[in-house]
Amino acid sequence: MTAALRFDPIRLPEKCEQLRKEVRAFLAEEIAAGTFDPHKPNREDTDAPEFSRRVGAKGWLGMTWPKKYGGQERSFLERYVVTEEMRVANAPTRRFFVADRQSGPVLIKYAPEHIKMEILPRICRGEICFAIGMSEPNSGSDLFAAKTRATKTDGGYLVNGTKIWTSSAHIADYMIAIFRTSQPTKENRRHGLTQFLVKMKQPGIQVNPIGQITGQYEFNEVVFTDFFVPDDHVLGEVDGAWKQATSELAYERSGPERFLETYYVLTELVRAVGPNPDTRSAEGIGRLVAQLHTMRRMSVSVAGMLEAGKEPVVEASIVKDIGTVWEQQLPHRVRDLAAFVEETATNRETLERQLDFAIKTAPKLTIQGGTTEVLRGIIARGLGLR
Amino acid sequence: MAESDNIVVETAEKIFADLADPQEINNDKNSWQGPLWQALSEAGLPLSWVPDDLGGSGASLADGFALLNAAGRFAVAVPLAETMLAGWLLAQAKIASPEGEMTVLPASPKDRITLDADGSLSGRARGVPFAKAAKHFAVLAHGKDGVSIALVDAAKARVEAGLNVGYDHSDTVTLDKVQPVTLKAAPKGFDQTTMMLMGGVARSLQIAGALESMLDISVRYSNERVAFEKKISKFQAVQHNLARLAGESAAALAAATSAADAIANATSFDDEVYLEAASAKIRCAEAAEKGGAIAHQVHGAIGFTLEHILHRYSLRALAWRDDFGSESHWAVELGKLVANRGADELWPLVASR
Repeated sequence: MTAALRFDPIRLPEKCEQLRKEVRAFLAEEIAAGTFDPHKPNREDTDAPEFSRRVGAKGWLGMTWPKKYGGQERSFLERYVVTEEMRVANAPTRRFFVADRQSGPVLIKYAPEHIKMEILPRICRGEICFAIGMSEPNSGSDLFAAKTRATKTDGGYLVNGTKIWTSSAHIADYMIAIFRTSQPTKENRRHGLTQFLVKMKQPGIQVNPIGQITGQYEFNEVVFTDFFVPDDHVLGEVDGAWKQATSELAYERSGPERFLETYYVLTELVRAVGPNPDTRSAEGIGRLVAQLHTMRRMSVSVAGMLEAGKEPVVEASIVKDIGTVWEQQLPHRVRDLAAFVEETATNRETLERQLDFAIKTAPKLTIQGGTTEVLRGIIARGLGLR
Repeated sequence: MAESDNIVVETAEKIFADLADPQEINNDKNSWQGPLWQALSEAGLPLSWVPDDLGGSGASLADGFALLNAAGRFAVAVPLAETMLAGWLLAQAKIASPEGEMTVLPASPKDRITLDADGSLSGRARGVPFAKAAKHFAVLAHGKDGVSIALVDAAKARVEAGLNVGYDHSDTVTLDKVQPVTLKAAPKGFDQTTMMLMGGVARSLQIAGALESMLDISVRYSNERVAFEKKISKFQAVQHNLARLAGESAAALAAATSAADAIANATSFDDEVYLEAASAKIRCAEAAEKGGAIAHQVHGAIGFTLEHILHRYSLRALAWRDDFGSESHWAVELGKLVANRGADELWPLVASR
């Protein structure tokens, strides 16, 4: 076989199901208390600092990390369950999601010990928010093209340049960013990028919000002008960030957040058609549920591979490719079917409002976390084509 | 299941490699089938799912499903899956399996075989795979006292030959007051839907196997074929098509193996198993359509010729969509189930697996 792709039918262990009940009970309490409305994914303010602290207090942030950093040393599969229940409930996870998923693990791998001891427990308590500074104007998914320079100076680096499409930078306490520390070499055009921990809300950083077609402001432009980063904020190897950054991306491509972003429209469609759907609605729902179930089984399978210490780069890319294309098409398929929903359906307005928002969200879904084109390139490499 | 990790699959793969090499059997329309069937029978594979005391080899459900996936990778045109399903159905009612080729009927959720008061069977079943080749039928019948399972001598039925889109026998079987060889009540809770879901999962594993082979030969071909002075595998458009084919193949395999695992570990065909089995058939059928189209696109007109082996996989994968309920059928049924449980029960159902 040229392409030996395996997706073993991993089942979540019993302790995950127990945890799932706890998460559902917690979210039900939060909804009852008015923290968020699960039927309003388009709420204006998705930042919820107090909610973030309560999630931290439950021990659901940094779940897989060492206890000495405030973690719980629980499994990837347990973390998986928390992530999917939060996503499905439309919980306001913006403040902690990036730190929990991506930034914390990068710090654990590459930060000096005193930085880890200082920052990781605060992430676990849900106190701080992270952004990721990779894209720049005219670079996007092309990390080679990053031009923002970090120039060596006494005790650290001076940063000049602009990052863009930076989610949450306006509320972030820290950013993990890639800056150019030297030019690429002839032998290695990936050489010369370095990963840094950047403390936000300092002189020399200006954050400019960028409006989105959904009406939200999550993206930002971040301008650095002679911004100082101390030496101990270098993460990993100087000039060697390429490999660090790409493995960081590869690890988190297959999670439940990669196919559940527009899930709420499917639930509302089921609610709108009621218990006795016509054949057309039933068929449409059946197909969408079969596709969702299959993706989730693939995603759980990849989580199982990660738990077993494997590096399922190609498998994870496949899940994200299929998952984001699906969650992008979902609002449009639901719209097709919603055309036949009775005018009297009690949730008709909710469904229409959610569809409106999901249709506006859809265009970004195949971009975040690696464009579909880049992912297909990774899959093609895995197939031995390049 | 890219590599075999159990003895049943290892045995089958060796037999397939020796006697059902796709290139050789593609040039020899029929004479390979006898030796292949004989070798499979001698290894006890067609009766994998029949316990020892009922004349079978008593393999586990899981091993049998893995065997069907391997059979799909070779797209073999012998009634292996059908005989396995027939043996499994008979075993549900503790009916011993005879030797030789068998198939199950009905093969569509729309057809009904009825059991009359005199113990005879009547009805028509369309699209029955390999009925023309079968010596016996395992029949699920509805009587006034419920569901029964019967062993029927094929010679007593009227069989009109037909061909499916993959050029395999897909026949119409008519039973007109036929007395079965053996007839027993089905176990409690066992009904035609159970049998259709089981048949659908068998077909899902075969489709997934065929897609694995389509991906394999498409990747290989793209690394051989030169156009515009480059291997076509070096064109980004071709790479992206193959990445999508890999995705469809992976989705089919994941859906099918997950459903197989669910059934192998289930105590009953509850809603959760229904979700798994129906989803597998729906998603694998969709993958057969999308994936097969890409494989043909990559192969160009060569794949459209009878000389090339691609059609052995692509057409069978398309044909298998129709057996034991099409994806349209299962989508409607699954959609009804989901709607009936209600919106707030959808995620708990999905997350239960």
